[in-house]
Amino acid sequence: MTVSADLEMKSFVLLRLGERRFAVAADGTAELVAPSRVFRFPHNTAQIEGVILRRGRIVPVCDIAERLIGQYLTARRFYLIALRHYGQRTEWVALPVTGECELINAELMPASASDEPHVAGWLSHGGDVIEVLNLDALTPGPNEFMPNQGLQNQLRARGARPGETQARP
Amino acid sequence: MRAVAPIKAGPLRSEQIILFRIGEQLFALSSSSVQEVRSADSLSGRAYEINAPGIDKVRQFVRRGPNTLFLVSGAAHFGLSAPDGILVFVLRNTRTALLVDSIERMTAITRLQALPLSFCHEERQWYRGLTALDQTVVPVVRPEGFLSDHELMMLDAALPLPEVSSQETEAQEDTDFGAELN
Repeated sequence: MTVSADLEMKSFVLLRLGERRFAVAADGTAELVAPSRVFRFPHNTAQIEGVILRRGRIVPVCDIAERLIGQYLTARRFYLIALRHYGQRTEWVALPVTGECELINAELMPASASDEPHVAGWLSHGGDVIEVLNLDALTPGPNEFMPNQGLQNQLRARGARPGETQARP
Repeated sequence: MRAVAPIKAGPLRSEQIILFRIGEQLFALSSSSVQEVRSADSLSGRAYEINAPGIDKVRQFVRRGPNTLFLVSGAAHFGLSAPDGILVFVLRNTRTALLVDSIERMTAITRLQALPLSFCHEERQWYRGLTALDQTVVPVVRPEGFLSDHELMMLDAALPLPEVSSQETEAQEDTDFGAELN
């Protein structure tokens, strides 16, 4: 049996952040929506910009670009509504993305021990090797739901940017 | 075999809220948690300075008989760059008198959505949840979230001795100013 025979074809949504592409498992996404008004109010969770209203639900907007590509997105075309797990609970989170998303089938190569906690694995598509994201480690949540490494990373990130603990109205 | 009676949806439970502003920011607060609304001027004449280390949002307090109320700057509490408000909400069952800028209106809500778990810092203490009103989203504040037990302990420790400020106890004047709610 070859290694590739062990790998299973799965569906992924490819999303674009600036010039880079990332993937999330398709069964962890809900929909792709056009930009809508972001409602902002004071809070201290740096990665959360505000909330949008979607189908009667209030959905937090989480900018993952700063952590993944080192800069906030300035031009946005869509919000990818994805599922974020908190223990047994699941909530929607809106991820700002540039460009359209693409649904593909690909083989998931598991992440290695040296990969960042937010890397769920890798896939190969169109000549590129693309990170598959683990949103549970990438987006904020109460400590009791966070994987240990994700928490450590967040604490590190928080320590590096003390100014970001200010409320963002 | 007994037929199961269909379950009727009951009438939606509504909650009366006060929409208010601190700076430009709109907030909501259950009207049942507001004991009084006063002008800040009506309290400041009888307020005393307090300086508790690390609690910059409280700079004054008033004595009411045996109780002490701390005037909390809503702007400082939420980290907003706005001057201290000109209205005071005396919050029921708390020791907080909250300084706000203005009352927008009173209305009713039928749905309060829990704060999404992505919000994972102090805001979880600040807000009971979020509500959608007229195509906008408003945070509904938690009355007991303005001063933690630890902050109250620090403030109590910073209080001057009662005899220093007892002359201006406003116990008899409670109903002279402002509007009593509920």
